[in-house]
Amino acid sequence: MLLEVDRLEAGYGVVPVLRGLSLHVASGEVIAVLGANGAGKSTLNRVLSGLMPPWSGHVRFEGIETTGQDAAAMVEAGLVHVPEGRRIFPNLNVRENLELGSYRRGRPRRRQNLERAFEIFPRLKERTSQAAGTLSGGEQQMLSIARGLMAEPKLLILDEPSLGLSPLLVEEMFGLVQRICADGLGILLVEQNVMQSLAIASRAYMLENGAFTLEGPAAALLENPQLKKAYLGL
Amino acid sequence: MMVNFSLLLPAVLNGVTTGAIYALIALGLTLIYGVLHIINFAHGSLLMLALYAAFFLYTLAGIDPYVAVLILVPAFFVLGYGLQRFVIQPTSHGRDENILLVTLGLAIIIDNLALWLWTSTTRTIDTSYAFEVIDLGFAFIPLPKIIAFFGALAFAALLWALITFTDLGRAIRAVARERDGARLVGIRVEHVYAMTFGIGTAAVAAAACFLLPTFYVTPQVGYAFVLVAFTTVVLGGMGSFVGALSAGLLLGIVESLGGLYLGESLGQLGIFVIFILILLFRPMGLFGARA
Ligand SMILES: Nc1ncnc2c1ncn2[C@@H]1O[C@H](COP(=O)(O)OP(=O)(O)OP(=O)(O)O)[C@@H](O)[C@H]1O
Ligand SMILES: [Mg+2]
Repeated sequence: MLLEVDRLEAGYGVVPVLRGLSLHVASGEVIAVLGANGAGKSTLNRVLSGLMPPWSGHVRFEGIETTGQDAAAMVEAGLVHVPEGRRIFPNLNVRENLELGSYRRGRPRRRQNLERAFEIFPRLKERTSQAAGTLSGGEQQMLSIARGLMAEPKLLILDEPSLGLSPLLVEEMFGLVQRICADGLGILLVEQNVMQSLAIASRAYMLENGAFTLEGPAAALLENPQLKKAYLGL
Repeated sequence: MMVNFSLLLPAVLNGVTTGAIYALIALGLTLIYGVLHIINFAHGSLLMLALYAAFFLYTLAGIDPYVAVLILVPAFFVLGYGLQRFVIQPTSHGRDENILLVTLGLAIIIDNLALWLWTSTTRTIDTSYAFEVIDLGFAFIPLPKIIAFFGALAFAALLWALITFTDLGRAIRAVARERDGARLVGIRVEHVYAMTFGIGTAAVAAAACFLLPTFYVTPQVGYAFVLVAFTTVVLGGMGSFVGALSAGLLLGIVESLGGLYLGESLGQLGIFVIFILILLFRPMGLFGARA
């Protein structure tokens, strides 16, 4: 198993946010975590990628206990988090942003990674020396994902990649996620876009108030009356 | 007022040479500000410490200050790295206002330690080249000032290349604007902070080595420079590299012309008038774009 999370608890100060989450992701599959604003999706991502320590519980990556390791160690291991709000480096140009994506991978691999990133995102290639802060919102989102791919992820965590994109770009984005996944890496897709996420995910978890209230194969969840009522208004 | 070019030109050139030193000190300050978002109050004290180090290397070991650059720059880099990593970082718990207080505390400790160890005696070194002048045809400039000028500019150019072209430089610029983003690509932010503090401190050590042959050292010597360095940083726009460089040179000229027309002791007056005017009318700095 690529990622195993066991009864994970975390919060800010004394306020609990995640209340005992267990989940698993295998290579080559897209797993969706769905939930409303404030459910704790980004907090889960931050804990998994080592940006904040968990209160309790266990995280195992490729069978190795990684609970509480820092972000640099997780990137090194191959767990890469493309965060909410892009978090690109606005003062650096596109190429520099991408190169920093391979910060932990060494120069020879960086060149190959860059070629592959430009292959997937030809639009970025036309803008290599443009300051990232001057890219359009959609281009910034692509850069953020491309930067994540530069780190050679085995597991890619995407936090609301469709946020702020036009319907056409959203379509493109979900297609892209499927395509990346076909290369054999695992993807943890955190979304509010329930229908489209379930369409490409193999399994999904519904996060409400820091706990999973529903989980199972995506196809089964699509038929679930509880989910239909809560998220699709049916 | 009569403008006498035979006086004016040497004064401007003299000012430019002093300004290059100001710029170098300010570059360290502005780099630390740009990345850690704090004013390093210990900057002047570290300059003083570096001047003493150069002084004793010369008097006790006979090492020329220009050679001492090769020793003191790495030594002060390590000192700065250690200060940030093992003193400032752990005691400030990541809160900016604490960092400010810790650097202020460090300044007080270093200054008093210097006073206790070396008393307030003013010390200078005598080098064979101290009074050599170069005849440029239209002006005579002391040789050590010319060396200081080119040395400071060369160091500034090195710094610029480091920030622009190396992985460390990219990481430093990334951390300056987007800490979480930097963490997520695997940059160890605490390490980059310490490297930045080390580089800023190394710049001060280089400035001290270039300065010593034409200057003096006392435990209070840092204050004069740090005030000018603050002015330089504000004038150049906080965190701006090119801004600090041009502002440093400009302030050197202002001081030199002030000395020429108002008398030596009032030379720095112009600098502080500029400081206040800038704060009043252009707080983003002369060259700064962002507010
Ligand atoms: N730095 C913080 N300090 C304190 N509380 C926080 C912090 N970040 C998030 N929270 C709280 O934790 C809870 C979960 O936030 P989180 O960002 O994980 O939600 P989310 O599911 O990602 O929401 P959204 O869909 O809006 O991004 C919220 O109640 C939020 O207010
Ligand atoms: Mg979120």
